[in-house]
Amino acid sequence: MEKTVSMPRYPLYNTNMKNEEIPHAYKREEYKYGFVTPIESDVLPKGINEDVVRAISAKRNDPDFMLDFRVNAYRQWTKMAEPHWSNLKYGPIDYQAVSYYSAPKPKKKLESLEEVPPEILRTFEKLGISLSEQKRLSNVAVDAVFDSVSVATTHQKKLKEHGIIFCSISEAIKEHPDLVRKYLGSVVPYTDNFFAALNSAVFSDGSFVYIPPDTKCPMELSTYFRINTEETGQFERTLIIADCNSHVSYIEGCTAPQFDTNQLHAAIVELVALDNAEIKYSTVQNWYAGDPETGKGGIFNFVVKRGKCLGRNSKISWTQIETGSAITWKYPGCVLIGDNSSGEFYSVALTNGYQQADTGSKMIHIGKNTKSVIISKGIAADHASNSYRGLVRVAGVAENARNYTQCDSMLVGDKCSAHTFPYIEADNSSAQLEHEASTSKISEEQLLYFQQRGISREEAIRTILNGFCKDVFKQLPLEFAVEAQKLLALKLEKSVG
Amino acid sequence: MLEIKNLVAGLDGMEILKGISLTVNKGEIHSIMGPNGHGKSTLSKILIGHPDYKVISGSVAYNGRNLLEMPPEERALEGIFLAYQYPVEIPGVNNAEFMRMAYNAKLKREGKELVDALDFEEILNAKMSLLGIESKFRERSVNEGFSGGEKKKNEILQMAILEPRLAVLDEIDSGLDIDALKIVAEGVNKLADGNNALLAITHYPRLLQYIKPRSVHVMIHGKIVRSGGHDLARELEETGYDRYIH
Repeated sequence: MEKTVSMPRYPLYNTNMKNEEIPHAYKREEYKYGFVTPIESDVLPKGINEDVVRAISAKRNDPDFMLDFRVNAYRQWTKMAEPHWSNLKYGPIDYQAVSYYSAPKPKKKLESLEEVPPEILRTFEKLGISLSEQKRLSNVAVDAVFDSVSVATTHQKKLKEHGIIFCSISEAIKEHPDLVRKYLGSVVPYTDNFFAALNSAVFSDGSFVYIPPDTKCPMELSTYFRINTEETGQFERTLIIADCNSHVSYIEGCTAPQFDTNQLHAAIVELVALDNAEIKYSTVQNWYAGDPETGKGGIFNFVVKRGKCLGRNSKISWTQIETGSAITWKYPGCVLIGDNSSGEFYSVALTNGYQQADTGSKMIHIGKNTKSVIISKGIAADHASNSYRGLVRVAGVAENARNYTQCDSMLVGDKCSAHTFPYIEADNSSAQLEHEASTSKISEEQLLYFQQRGISREEAIRTILNGFCKDVFKQLPLEFAVEAQKLLALKLEKSVG
Repeated sequence: MLEIKNLVAGLDGMEILKGISLTVNKGEIHSIMGPNGHGKSTLSKILIGHPDYKVISGSVAYNGRNLLEMPPEERALEGIFLAYQYPVEIPGVNNAEFMRMAYNAKLKREGKELVDALDFEEILNAKMSLLGIESKFRERSVNEGFSGGEKKKNEILQMAILEPRLAVLDEIDSGLDIDALKIVAEGVNKLADGNNALLAITHYPRLLQYIKPRSVHVMIHGKIVRSGGHDLARELEETGYDRYIH
């Protein structure tokens, strides 16, 4: 299955496979996070135009440079068309039926956790994210984003002692405008694509991290995103800058209530790594996926995540566990500019019910001796469709670039499908590019073999899936890996076969 | 222990077993012999509860219970073990971890405390050295990339770990060279302790030089056409099955 490829400019192949063997291998666990928190919110009326963009900017008390950024992005967006090259099928999105801003009241700046409305604290407690004081005992700092607004950031004081800035992006715009101005849009400009332009125009909050030179961040940093309001889009923006010789590990988690309508989520994450810096970014995405029987509702997840390895020997690593959303459109990538820099992408994408995912990675090699690794594991069950789409591009100036790509798909059931769309563009003949791919299914014979040894069908499925995903799980921070395994198991609970 | 009465069964509406009766008591070794394609493996599939194989009539009692109503894992937990003719590969699942899961499933059924990975390693090492099995078996994925002989040894290793009450060996000798066959047969003999029973399904009589069955049954066209003692195996070695096939 191993081959070294140079210079094709077309998709290598497209696999479509079905698994006829296990019609009813399991049934799904109900979505646990589907509740709504009744809270008074400050919501802008539905619809978008330049006045709405200006209104959001005014609500955020943006400085002038941000207002200009937003307005320019909005004008760009109006000239762009929604992309439809993905392998996703969905009806037209009415961008005028979405509210672009929702913030829990009070909207004044919160001075301490005591000022966070108790309903919101309880919401996060219910989600397993404790924002209260005792949280300080554990070694994770959390920025909690509720609908469009960051409601609390923990551990700020301790991080400040190390010179680390970890706050909401709206706070960063006010307190650290030079950093924001320098780096915001430097990795994903608003001209990049339709959803990037939309996000740049209307984003209201998100997280900001700056790690100063020669600093290893002493704890995991984490953002937890929660969509609460129906008919509200969530457009958060994350910017992480790791200065020379620094190191940071960052975790992102997401859930949303259960609505029959689709909520739009269009986020941007930008990472910048300077000389010898390392950023590790892990995501567990569990947005509401829609009704598993009818496919009704669920989040439309259009996300642009990109890292720039600007410095020499810098490294950016993406790890994602994608289990939620009705639609996932997401290609976290790395632009490898610094010599000897490296990018990694490890992904598990699980789709069941009527979920559709078109996800993968982009690795752009520009500097000399740059390396990248893509490990993608796609699991499709029920009526779901799961596509891997990846681009490896080696620029003409990129001497000795190396890429290793492995994309494996697994099918559970007889109505799901897996697809693979790898693109390789090599303009330098010194490049060494490897691509491996496989498609497998959980066979009835395998399950019976477990059962013949006294092991239940459910445990068999769980064990096979964990085995399939272990190359990705081992990249996650330890506690998170356990969570991720549990999440996969919960999604595929209870055999009915 | 096992009482099969007038069993008629098959696959995809095709009748393969056409009225089998067989009684296996505690402490006994039985052998079912016959040419390929006459229903020997079908019997093993019926005994473990393979969902594709359907019983048309007849009954199978196991320790007084109706075996045919028990789901596959229940049969395993009650002590029925099949050493597969063609063990299935399970990529990504560690062989030692797989055996620990199976072992713990058995302990759980017996109401005993489960073993952690370290304790299990000791149990596994003991069985592996008993059977002369190389340590690489531990690290690999279940049956993945194993040679035919290695897969058979792995089946016997699992049997040694799980200590079944009724072991069904389906063509355990096929594809084994003589040294491997001796190891497998020794392993089987070490496990036979008078409390369990063994049903060896085989095409070739040579296995029976190493495993001494109490009874030998010849299966032709889905029926047992002749039963006898160990002498019958020797006779079959000389005369073959031809005279039973009409």
